[in-house]
Amino acid sequence: MSVKQRQAPTGIMTPELIETEIKGGLAATDSVGQYALGLGDDALVLAQRLGEWIANGPELEEDIALGNIGLDILGHARSFLTYAGSAWGKTEDDLAYFRSEPEFRCRQLFEQPIGDFAQTIARQLIASVYFDSLYRALMHSADPTLAAIAAKATKEVDYHLDHSTQWLLRLGLGTDESALRMQRGLDAMWPFVAELYSAEPVVESAAASVASVASAASAASVAEDDRGSLEGIAVDPRALRAEFDAVVPLLIEQAGLVVPKTGSVRGGGRLGIHSEAFGPMLAEMQVLARQHPGASW
Amino acid sequence: MVTTTHATATATATAPAAAATMADGDLSEDDRVGLARFLELIESDSRVEPTDWMPAAYRKTLVRQISQHGHSEIIGMQPEGNWITRAPSLKRKAILMAKVQDEAGHGLYLYSAAQTLGTDRDTMFEQLITGAAKYSSIFNYLTPTWADMGSIGWLVDGAAICNQVPLCRASYGPYARAMVRICKEESFHQRQGFEILLSLMNGTDAQAKMAQESVNRWYAPALMMFGPPDDESPNSKQSMEWNIKRFSNDELRQRFVDMLVPQAEILGITLPDPDLSFDEETGHWRFGELDWSEFYDVLKGNGQANSVRVAKRRAAHENGAWVREAARAYADKQAAAAATAAEAATLAQNEMVAA
Repeated sequence: MSVKQRQAPTGIMTPELIETEIKGGLAATDSVGQYALGLGDDALVLAQRLGEWIANGPELEEDIALGNIGLDILGHARSFLTYAGSAWGKTEDDLAYFRSEPEFRCRQLFEQPIGDFAQTIARQLIASVYFDSLYRALMHSADPTLAAIAAKATKEVDYHLDHSTQWLLRLGLGTDESALRMQRGLDAMWPFVAELYSAEPVVESAAASVASVASAASAASVAEDDRGSLEGIAVDPRALRAEFDAVVPLLIEQAGLVVPKTGSVRGGGRLGIHSEAFGPMLAEMQVLARQHPGASW
Repeated sequence: MVTTTHATATATATAPAAAATMADGDLSEDDRVGLARFLELIESDSRVEPTDWMPAAYRKTLVRQISQHGHSEIIGMQPEGNWITRAPSLKRKAILMAKVQDEAGHGLYLYSAAQTLGTDRDTMFEQLITGAAKYSSIFNYLTPTWADMGSIGWLVDGAAICNQVPLCRASYGPYARAMVRICKEESFHQRQGFEILLSLMNGTDAQAKMAQESVNRWYAPALMMFGPPDDESPNSKQSMEWNIKRFSNDELRQRFVDMLVPQAEILGITLPDPDLSFDEETGHWRFGELDWSEFYDVLKGNGQANSVRVAKRRAAHENGAWVREAARAYADKQAAAAATAAEAATLAQNEMVAA
């Protein structure tokens, strides 16, 4: 369990503030936009799933806790999507409501149905460990907007991780039934871990494009290339995997459970390949906005 | 969010005044002193606290009213929860999630306030999910359109505020203090509802139509939230004598209508009441007769969603039983382990002393 010093989240970067900066001329490059879009989609889809728990929780405190976590993560999504949209003159809502399934870039872990409470906790634990490492690294991004979004998010994720960890222990060490359910939840979510920590395709393709331009022309043209390298800007998830492996299996063992030995899904969320549960979720999320194209709410 | 059910025919605590119920001969000396002190507190408009002596009927009325209010918050999460996954913009989704979460929080404060009167949360929750307890009938109406999120905020939360602001001065301390915090959040809720409707009215024709249609459905039920007319509200008198209730149902309803009319004008929305007219003499807006047969019918269980609302909360509670059991078992094991460790430490210490 985390014993880190906790700080109340402060308003370092909000979607509204980013919007103001965009009006003042801030614009992401295409590759930064693509990168932010992936992170934004991960958060948006997870927040949408957590929203399904509201008024369905096992106790009132959990209605509040899961709603709060969902709300924090929705805030991260809105910041990333607002910033991503600046690359193409789009708003967060253009991106959230008017893209189709293959245009979404979320990794598949986040799309999975909420399942029972144990499955939700299993996913949230994996997600929180991932976000925790990701945002701590992204705070040092050369892109100041991404760094600021991450700086706010990291404080919130600290609480989320604590919440999931405590429930992992309670369920794992609670009753026979809760241990069985927690184990099944972990088993169900484990196949999506490898994809979560796989490379960012947009980073790879930006690097390739920079390399090919560099070999063809002068260094000056590289600097002007809008699809510039994301080096120093994006975080490579592969570098974060060691932290997951150092933390999560140990927690699972502390909870009296077994580290799953499942295979891994082929994934491809960042390339627009999604699991079957995603389409219906998206249809529900977008239905009203799409009935009134161009409307503001 | 709201409750007014204490003032309805269901809250049958037709409790006569405390002093009148107890013939002097029935009272012990402690009771006599306690009652005198209680009456003094009420007389001087002071707060009664959990440890103070209070008449059984006062306690019973409060438990009923506060728990019904708590139940209303919890059931009230559903009609709005219905739109969280479909909110038409991310900003609206965030606001709605925060609002529904506030309602769960209000439910918790209220259950806690009721617990100070000696009824535990499990008992109150059981009454809710078995259908034995009442909650505000307004939540038995459906929310078929997004505009209903606006109407609930503007009309339902608006009515709740009119009803609840005076409760911040209710004679029972823990209830009054819970209401202070709840009212602050409710006033934000009402503003966001008004803003939803304003955006719709300033939007496309389809959006404006959606807003008007929704207000048409919610207006009369919102007015009925204050409970039956004063001459049909037998419990109000006692509640007013005890400083729980400060204004009558009809007074609060009038206050609400007077507040709504100018706001409707700003919205450009028509309130669905052909008899609405300004009374120069009194300075109040006169409104038409309400259909109280509908009110009593919904109260009896024949609303749009009575059974659905209770069934959904029961399902959530029952599906979560294994989670609560696990949390309890874990806490027990932790406590046992801590006790064993403490015992071992004491033994070790004694050994050392002995040595």
